[in-house]
Amino acid sequence: MGVFRELGVDDFVQLGSILASTLRLTTPLLLVALAGLLAERSGVVDLGLEGKMLAAAFAAGAITAATQNTFLGLLGAVGVAAALALVHGFACVTHRGDQVISGVALNMVAAGLTVVLGIAWFKTGGQTPTLPIELRITALAPGLTEPLQAAQAHGAFLGGFLGHGLLSHNALVYAAFVAVGLVWFLLERTRLGLRIRAVGENPAMVDAAGLSVSRLRYTALLLGAVLCGLAGAYLAMAQSANFSPNMTAGRGYIALAAMIFGRWRPLPTLGACLLFGLLDATAIRMQGVALPGVGEVPVQLVQALPYLLTVILLAGFIGQAVAPKALAKPYVKER
Amino acid sequence: MSKAISLPRWIDVGLLPLWNLCIALAVAAGVVALIGHSPVQAFEVLVKGSLGNARGLGYTLYYATNFVFTGLAVAVAFHGGLFNIGAEGQATFAGLGLTLAALLVGASLPAWVLLPLLVLSAAVFGALWGLVPGYLQAWRGSHIVITTIMFNFLAASLSVYLLVNPLRPAGSMSVESAPFPDSAKLPGLADLAARWGYELPSSPLNAASLIAVAALCFVVWFLWRSRAGYALRAVGSAPRAALYAGMNPKVQVLVGMGLSGALAGMVAVNELSGVQGKLTLDFVAGAGFTGIAVSLMGRNHPVGILLAALLFGVLYQGGVEVAFELPGFSREMVVTVQGLIVLFAGAMSMVSAPLFAKVYAKVYGRLSGAGRG
Repeated sequence: MGVFRELGVDDFVQLGSILASTLRLTTPLLLVALAGLLAERSGVVDLGLEGKMLAAAFAAGAITAATQNTFLGLLGAVGVAAALALVHGFACVTHRGDQVISGVALNMVAAGLTVVLGIAWFKTGGQTPTLPIELRITALAPGLTEPLQAAQAHGAFLGGFLGHGLLSHNALVYAAFVAVGLVWFLLERTRLGLRIRAVGENPAMVDAAGLSVSRLRYTALLLGAVLCGLAGAYLAMAQSANFSPNMTAGRGYIALAAMIFGRWRPLPTLGACLLFGLLDATAIRMQGVALPGVGEVPVQLVQALPYLLTVILLAGFIGQAVAPKALAKPYVKER
Repeated sequence: MSKAISLPRWIDVGLLPLWNLCIALAVAAGVVALIGHSPVQAFEVLVKGSLGNARGLGYTLYYATNFVFTGLAVAVAFHGGLFNIGAEGQATFAGLGLTLAALLVGASLPAWVLLPLLVLSAAVFGALWGLVPGYLQAWRGSHIVITTIMFNFLAASLSVYLLVNPLRPAGSMSVESAPFPDSAKLPGLADLAARWGYELPSSPLNAASLIAVAALCFVVWFLWRSRAGYALRAVGSAPRAALYAGMNPKVQVLVGMGLSGALAGMVAVNELSGVQGKLTLDFVAGAGFTGIAVSLMGRNHPVGILLAALLFGVLYQGGVEVAFELPGFSREMVVTVQGLIVLFAGAMSMVSAPLFAKVYAKVYGRLSGAGRG
């Protein structure tokens, strides 16, 4: 605790707000990375994460605004993501189309369609109407959302750092972290999870055991779609108050990178998401700040680090990332 | 892949892609109807705006030029068994190379020296941005799809950094480089035609389109007439057999990705040297991704790619006109159509094949008495 004794109130508030924004920025990454993890462990490449999240965000913003009902918005977000996952499954699992191409297609369709429909329906340049605070997904403990207030009420360390940093969030943030545990439990401790993993490594064996390869892969895709839907809803209903065009801004790809960085495993993926979330949270704060010995680090470099780290990892310079064996290979049933 | 269904070539190469295109366009028409516009009217404006007058046609061909380059880029890699999603990043990086050459040595060189140098530097930088993922795939075992996606983002970040810092002229607020010297500007086709006594309306169409035609011919020659192209295709279709025949698959990955990147880099020539006259942010504007759709639509063959690039040129130019004419209609409809085409002509290309096989078997079985393969 020696370090902490030297820190003043301002430092705790600073650290608390970095911690808080790290968790906030990690949440959508984590949800989507877990979705990708489920799909890819079942042997289906999921490049369409970005598109599913974007379409879900649009659905969340549009449906909540139209129905004035938060729950329907959430449901719609999950529904739209699931619909896209079914298209992906139809193309790649049922008809053995190219999984990468299908994912690219979904991303394009989502990027175009959300803007086309948004402009046609809401006439505000593609944005959905701003949601009033009652309809948004807001913090569970509203007293802690302002770091300075929290520090004044509960002390610098308890209120400013821990309180604001860890406890000032909305339900979806905590849900994302709970989802890590759930996905781990599903994959490592349940029969369904074992089968999903098996179908990603050796589908012929699963088929020989009398199980349907297609059904397992669809199941994994749909479970992932629920997470993508929540991630989209988080962007449009919690982080912002509405949907705006291309609001995912490449997060789907960063999540993909995080999943690879986490070597297709839930806990390391959590670590990668936290790292990328921290990079994102510090990128803006580091603008114009000279680090000792290094000088000023360009904000673009910090933003590019997730991609750079993933390239380096994939190239085997820091450990080896081994993908599921049957990944990207359509399964042809023996006759 | 199971090759249970074998269709005659004219169905496989002609009818089936057309059918898939029609499905994609039908879904797009549904979307147009959904937002309260008449698909027929939209289609009329689209065709009139892109093909109906000389100016529109000029723009259509200018867009198509970009798509020929990126379509060829994706196709060449594809023949080597590689899926290059990185044409966007390769074109971006090529733009940096072209800009460096234009700004560093451009002022002191006459156009006839500088222009080939600009084309060369765009090609080299584009190739470089393709070669690194190629090397990482061949020697380090990382997957080309993921690496090229990452390289798209890296190129974008790099160009933002360079544009807001070293490349931005002092005192300028807009995110773009200093203007290129006059000698760095490719002649417009209207200027060229005027020299020969013809009059064309002004459009961004420029000499880069001639490079595109040359690139189409080159790729035909390279893939089907040259030894190197043969090796590339051999490795792409049967890597083990190619290895046994003495070809080095790793080197072919470099050949495929290098050439692919160089072709993608030509987008920078068309956009920066041909039109903008300076480096601008995001000048590629999705042309790299459109290249995926073009290549899939064109079945990875230069002739098909030319047709598909023209189709997308029509969609892009016509889309601008439709967005202008119809209230509440957004240009992003083109991206949607592009996505639908990739979906139906790419990912779901074989969904309708059994149907065609059935119909074909029925019709021809009756005509000739016996089924032909």
